[in-house]
Amino acid sequence: MSGIDRRNFIKIAGLTTIIGLSGKPLADAFASQPAQASAAEKEGHVGKRWALVIDPKKCLEKEGCRACIDACHRIHNVPQFDNRKDEIKWIWKEEYEKAFLDQENEFIEDSLKEKPVLVLCNHCDNPPCVRVCPTQATWKRQDGIVMMDWHRCIGCRYCVAACPYGSRSFNWRDPRPFIKEIDKDFPTRTRGVVEKCTFCNERLAKGLPLACVEACPEKAMAFGDLEDPESEVRQLLRNRFAIRRKPYLGTQPVVFYLV
Amino acid sequence: MLEKALVGDKKYWTWVLFLMAIIATGFLFYLRQLGYGLGITGLSRDVTWGFYIAQFTFLVGVAASAVMVVLPYYLHNYKMFGKMTILGEFLAISAVTMCILFITVDLGQPMRAFNLILHPSPSSVLFWDTIVLSGYLLLNVIISRVTLESERKGIKPPSWIKPIIILSIPWAISIHTVTAFIYSGLGGRPFWFTAILTPRFLASAFASGPAFLLLVVFIVRKFTRFDPGREPIQKLAQIITYAMLLNLFFILLEVFTAFYSRIPDHMTSFQYLFSGLDGHSKLVPWMWTSVTLGVLAAVLLVNPKTRQNEKWLIFACAAVFVSIWIDKGIGMVVAGFVPTPLGAITEYWPTFPETMITLGVYALGFLMITIFYKIALSVRGEIST
Repeated sequence: MSGIDRRNFIKIAGLTTIIGLSGKPLADAFASQPAQASAAEKEGHVGKRWALVIDPKKCLEKEGCRACIDACHRIHNVPQFDNRKDEIKWIWKEEYEKAFLDQENEFIEDSLKEKPVLVLCNHCDNPPCVRVCPTQATWKRQDGIVMMDWHRCIGCRYCVAACPYGSRSFNWRDPRPFIKEIDKDFPTRTRGVVEKCTFCNERLAKGLPLACVEACPEKAMAFGDLEDPESEVRQLLRNRFAIRRKPYLGTQPVVFYLV
Repeated sequence: MLEKALVGDKKYWTWVLFLMAIIATGFLFYLRQLGYGLGITGLSRDVTWGFYIAQFTFLVGVAASAVMVVLPYYLHNYKMFGKMTILGEFLAISAVTMCILFITVDLGQPMRAFNLILHPSPSSVLFWDTIVLSGYLLLNVIISRVTLESERKGIKPPSWIKPIIILSIPWAISIHTVTAFIYSGLGGRPFWFTAILTPRFLASAFASGPAFLLLVVFIVRKFTRFDPGREPIQKLAQIITYAMLLNLFFILLEVFTAFYSRIPDHMTSFQYLFSGLDGHSKLVPWMWTSVTLGVLAAVLLVNPKTRQNEKWLIFACAAVFVSIWIDKGIGMVVAGFVPTPLGAITEYWPTFPETMITLGVYALGFLMITIFYKIALSVRGEIST
């Protein structure tokens, strides 16, 4: 019996190595990680700390507007399931009360309680999802973006359990048949892996703005570098009071909401 | 020694074939899961861990509990446990194997499982859990094999095995400690985010594991000439008693902290479990069954008259086992996800394929226990073959 076990072990180990070896370069190609790092160094952007500032008031100007959500989900091949169980989302609208559970206050204007607030991955300074991942399939880049390697993820969903913001989705089934129109410029995912917003790292590499920021008709979102005192995000944060989601957890989110 | 498992009477073979049929059925459903994805289960975006991970958590406790017979035997020289230690070690091997299988069937990409070794991440508790689980499996395989082999040859076990056995004692504690850390280290899940989760896990393990071992001992004693004697059974019953009392006490501590502080985050999961939230109350009858059985078992175990009466003892052991299985194998994991970090209440219930896969893994574990015990008892001549 032990002989068979050993043989199987070696077989599986060998197979996994092959898969692992072929998986990593592929993943790198998709994430265009090394290329981007060197480009950033050349331009001297090493100190960058990307952040997003959302003005919920502006966002509410057009009730029911989904421009940012649609743009993000379209270019990133996010599948559309019509049931809540299989749902995958990178950016979505959540009732104010749910997005800011800790700001619960029974005297808040009733209409405000249910007003939608945009939520997405917070790209925390101190991300619990990165800490718990057993294969380093999710990691934090120098510029603070919390990345996902969809080819390395084993689908244990520990990161989903660890994320205090519910920002991670899991592919419960093959997502491809549920993508309305596949964008060839971006990879699709397989079943059994976790995915989430990546601050459009592929667009940043080309010097393009985030898809959601670009698509917003009300200019309710501002994206920029926290380490640059002159950046738009820093100016907004200097002049307006801003809150973050669940600050008491010490995750240091970099998605700010102007009050 | 394996050949001892290949001879047996009709009852033995019926049982083995029955288990194999369940394993095969579970495997067929697993193939379906591989084809379709984990969407075949009752899990969702909100409740991402369920039955599989809960069984893993529960069985880690059963595996760790072998230490409750090994420790008195080797550290306190309590020789009465001599006949039972090998059964405890074999139970540990089977339980750890089931644990590893439950993690495997829960992976979205099981073919990539070796990424755990190729890209190890020491900051992840799951990485350490893999290490302690496989280490514990290895330790118990070595220990049981070496001691049984010596027993067959009628010689004393080699002296080098003793330090390995001693090592297996803290190692058993470590597997359940690390498993509890998977949960208790997550700040975003208030239900799990409690330092007493680890002691709670250990107390429930040292109650449920030995309770299961006693039940198995009673079954084996009925069908074979094996008899550990009355005293060690009673001793183990005392261990179960203290562990169960501690377990219930720890649960009360949790309830006190949550409800006296009145912090909503800490209350809502308990409310979901025991009274339901916003009309969602699927687990309520289960949890009250667990509490009732747990308290009933504690009363029966504390009272010397009922503890010393074997009929009541069997009932109490079964009650302990079922009570803790519901608590850990159903409630504990799911309640961590309800409500979600966004306050949503999504209920979870295992689907039919998920249940069959779970049963398949359990059947494999039982088959291992059967074969191991058959070998151990044949070697000792306590079985007629």
